[in-house]
Amino acid sequence: MSSRQAPAVIYRHTWLDTFAAWLLALLWILPLAYAFWTAFHPSEYATRFDLGAPWTLQNFRHAWDAAPFARYFLNTTLLVAMILAAQLVLSTLAAFAFARYQFRGKNIAFALVLVQLMIMPDILLVENYQTMARLGLVDTLFAIGLPYFASAFAIFLLRQTFMGIPKELDEAARVEGASTLQILWRVYVPLARPVYTAFALVSVSFHWNNFLWPLIITNSVESRPLTVGLQVFSSVEQGVDWSTITAATLMTSAPLLVGFILFQRQFVQSFMRAGIK
Amino acid sequence: MSASSSSIAGSGQRSIHAWLLLLPALVLLVAFTHWPAVATLIDSFYSTPKGARPAVWVGVENYQSMVDDPVFWQAVRNNLWFAAATIPASIGLALLMAVWVNERIAGRTFVRMAYFTPTVLPMIAVANIWLFFYTPQYGLLEQVTGALGLPSHNWLGSPSTALGAITLVAVWKEAGFFMIFYLAALQTLNPSLKEAAAIEGASRWYFFRRVQWPLLMPTTVFVLVNAVINAFRLVDHVFILTRGGPDNATTLLLYHLYEVGFKFWDTAYAAAITVVLVVVLSSVALFQFFVLDKKVHYQ
Repeated sequence: MSSRQAPAVIYRHTWLDTFAAWLLALLWILPLAYAFWTAFHPSEYATRFDLGAPWTLQNFRHAWDAAPFARYFLNTTLLVAMILAAQLVLSTLAAFAFARYQFRGKNIAFALVLVQLMIMPDILLVENYQTMARLGLVDTLFAIGLPYFASAFAIFLLRQTFMGIPKELDEAARVEGASTLQILWRVYVPLARPVYTAFALVSVSFHWNNFLWPLIITNSVESRPLTVGLQVFSSVEQGVDWSTITAATLMTSAPLLVGFILFQRQFVQSFMRAGIK
Repeated sequence: MSASSSSIAGSGQRSIHAWLLLLPALVLLVAFTHWPAVATLIDSFYSTPKGARPAVWVGVENYQSMVDDPVFWQAVRNNLWFAAATIPASIGLALLMAVWVNERIAGRTFVRMAYFTPTVLPMIAVANIWLFFYTPQYGLLEQVTGALGLPSHNWLGSPSTALGAITLVAVWKEAGFFMIFYLAALQTLNPSLKEAAAIEGASRWYFFRRVQWPLLMPTTVFVLVNAVINAFRLVDHVFILTRGGPDNATTLLLYHLYEVGFKFWDTAYAAAITVVLVVVLSSVALFQFFVLDKKVHYQ
C-alpha cells in the first residue's frame, strides 16, 4: 500500500492535461449547448449570443404545432418497445439452446447467427424492401421492426452469460420437477439480469436513432418514427427557422438525453459490456 | 451427472427441443439476412423489371455499368477518403480521451459525459445543429472566421470542403463511443505496471508507448473493426447536410445505393452495389476472424 503512493506522484497528470481535456470536452458539447441556447430564446437571438436575451418556450410550441410530433413519439415508443420485447424473447430461447444443448448442426447454426454481426439488415435495403412489399407490410411499424427482431448480438451476449451459469443449479431445479422453460425463466433469466439491462440500453438507443431503413419503408405520418419525421420536417425549404429546428431537435433527443443523464453510470458500463450495437 | 436424461433415446428428443428453441430466431435471420444476401447476388445478374416486362438474365451487365458509372467511382473514392480520415482520427481521439478521463482530473464526470453525449444523440437530429454551424454568412463557423478577419466560405457548398465537413461530424459522433472501450481496457490494466515504470524512471510517453499501447492492442483491433464497418454504414448526416452534393462530392457508397435503389428505382443495379458493400463488410469479418486473435472478440 505504501509503495503505491510514492511513485504514483511521478505520473500525475499535469495542469496542461486538465486544460486540454476540458477544452476538448467543451468543444464536444458545443453543438448541444448551442441547441439549448437557441431553442430557449426568441429566434432573433438564434445567430447571436447575448446574455441578456429573454428566455422563452415559444419555439417548442412552434415545433410541436409544425409537425405531428405526438404521433411520431407514439410511433417511436411503440417501435422501440416492440423490437426490444421480440429481441429479448427470441434471443433468450436461441441463446439457451446454444448454451445448454448438444445437437447436430449446432456449429453451423451458430455460424449462421454470427453472419448478422457484420451484414446487418440496413445494408440489404432493396431486397428487404421487396420482401416487405410481398408481405404487404410496407408503411407499417411492424415492417420497421421485423428485420431486427432476431438479434445476433443479443444471442451471442446471452449465450456467453448462460454458459457461465453453473449446471448444478438447473439440475437442482429439474429434481424439483421444473420443466425446461420453467428453469429458463426461473433460473437463467434472473441471473442474467445485468446483461439484459445492458442490451436493452444499447437496443433502445440504436432503434430510437435508426434512420435509413425507417425512411425507406415508411411514407405516411401513421408509421413514421421521430427520426424520419424530423428529417421531413426540417427539410421543408421555407426560410430556415433555426429556433424551431433546434427545439424540434431537442425534443427528439430529449428522452435519450434525460435517460443518459439519469443513468450515466449504467449507460457507460453497459456500453462497455455490450460493445457493438 | 444425471446422464440418464441424455441417453441415446433421449438425445433425439433433446435435439428437437433445441431446434424448436432456435427456430423463431433462425427463421427471421434467414428471411432478413441470409436470403436477401443470396437474392441480392442473384438479382445483380438480372435486369430491373419494368412494368409488364419481367427481369431477364443480363449476366455481368449491371457490373459493367457499375464500372462505367462515374458516380459509383466517385462514391468509392469518397468512401475510401472518408474511411481513411475518420478511422485514425476517431480512434486517436478516443485513446486520448480515455487516457484523460482515466486519470483523476478535475471535473472528470463532466468531461466523460461531454465526450460520450454525441453517441446517444440521434445523428439525424444533431446533423441539424451542424448544418447551422456550417451555414454561410451567419453560421457559427462563419462568425468565428469572420471575427478573425478570414474570408467567407461555404463549407458544405464547395466540393473541396464538403466531404471534410461531413467527416468532422462523423469523428465527433464516434470518438466518444470508442473511448468507452479504451477506458474499460485501461481500467483492467494492472496498476503495479505504472509503479514499476515510474521507479525505473521511464518517461510517461515511454511508458505509454512501450507498456500501455501494446497492452491495449486487442482493444484497438476491436475498435478498428467497428470503425471500418461504420465507415461504410454511416450516412444519416449526409441526408441532412448535403444530400450527396455538391456535385456528388459527399456521396458515399451506401448513399449511392439508396439513390439508385429508391430514387431511380433501378433495383438490379442497386443489387450490384449491395454486393460490393457486402463483400467489403465480409472481408472485414474474415480479416477479424482469421487474421486477428480470437480472444479479441469479447475479451
